[in-house]
Amino acid sequence: MARFVFVESRDPYECADCARFLDLVAGVRRRSHEVTLFLVQNAVLAAREGASHAGGYSELARAGVAVVADAFALRERAVDRLASGIEPSGVDRLVSLALTPQTRVIWH
Amino acid sequence: MTIGKSLTVAIMDPPYESATTATALRIIDAALRQAQVVTVFAYEGAVSMTMKAQQPHANPVKGTTVEQEEHPTTKDWIAGLFALARQTGAKLDWINCGLCVDERGAGETIDGPRRGSPKDFFEAVKLSDGVIVIPTH
Amino acid sequence: MKILSIVDTAYRATLEEQDDTILWLNHALRNNGAEVSILLSGNAVNYAVRGQDAAGLAFGDRRVAHPPRLDEDLARLIAAKVAVFAVEEDIRERALPADSLVAGIEKLSRAGIPEAIERFDQVWRW
Repeated sequence: MARFVFVESRDPYECADCARFLDLVAGVRRRSHEVTLFLVQNAVLAAREGASHAGGYSELARAGVAVVADAFALRERAVDRLASGIEPSGVDRLVSLALTPQTRVIWH
Repeated sequence: MTIGKSLTVAIMDPPYESATTATALRIIDAALRQAQVVTVFAYEGAVSMTMKAQQPHANPVKGTTVEQEEHPTTKDWIAGLFALARQTGAKLDWINCGLCVDERGAGETIDGPRRGSPKDFFEAVKLSDGVIVIPTH
Repeated sequence: MKILSIVDTAYRATLEEQDDTILWLNHALRNNGAEVSILLSGNAVNYAVRGQDAAGLAFGDRRVAHPPRLDEDLARLIAAKVAVFAVEEDIRERALPADSLVAGIEKLSRAGIPEAIERFDQVWRW
């Protein structure tokens, strides 16, 4: 089992291959790795409860991916209520994850 | 701070063009509070972040003066990161890719950053506990 | 340390750089001993098409003397023993002509990427 941190900075409203990135996240999780999806910048726009693309993130959470949204990006965009399975956190957590041995960080 | 840990971050976006700049600097700030060595490899447009000639400006739409606006410049933010490193005892090694510097005329920087190459990036990666490469689009 | 560099942005500043800066960077890393492989995805799969021609550009009387030759750069990477993969579906979706692709590029299906990236210690998207 390996550790992967996927950072999504783009949002599915403007980005044609965001869905493919989430497929990659799901595919890695299916191979029983420890996976975190860290949402930063406009990616958090799809994390708002009720957002049309929020289901993709929630589905990953149900599959055992730790889905984390940058608290600053959420506040910056007044995203107050998150879709299910998404938790807010700071970039210090991203750094801490990156410093964990044998962790691959893959940024989209 | 986690004793002995080191992180390398590669960045590419020029300042004032995307949300990535601030995110990258926030990560570096957080890293300087956790790791002992933080290496930044600034590639392509990111080499402009440390340009000494950056100047704040007034805002005629808001009606603010230069002093009132306190407009951020990335060189000042990065100077702040060097100061943070001195405070925490971490080492911040900021490397601007030399060829990228040349073609952009970005050679006059604040104190702290140094000129380097992909070799320096690779050397840092080999020694690092973690690597974050932040792409551009 | 095995490194996989994923390239999916294409033709970004290639004219003023006379290179793709990410292919160039990875070739530089290889020259410095890095065990690097490349995965072309998205529009970057088009780099594998032979015959791309950016010649003839001029701005006033300033000619671009050495336009990028990205297909040749890929061939040079392959000759330098860098494994170059390309996402099969991205090739198909863009109707890249099979008989016009740079020799030596290995196709990788999207479904195969999760398993493939396990082989690498670092996976970087540029």
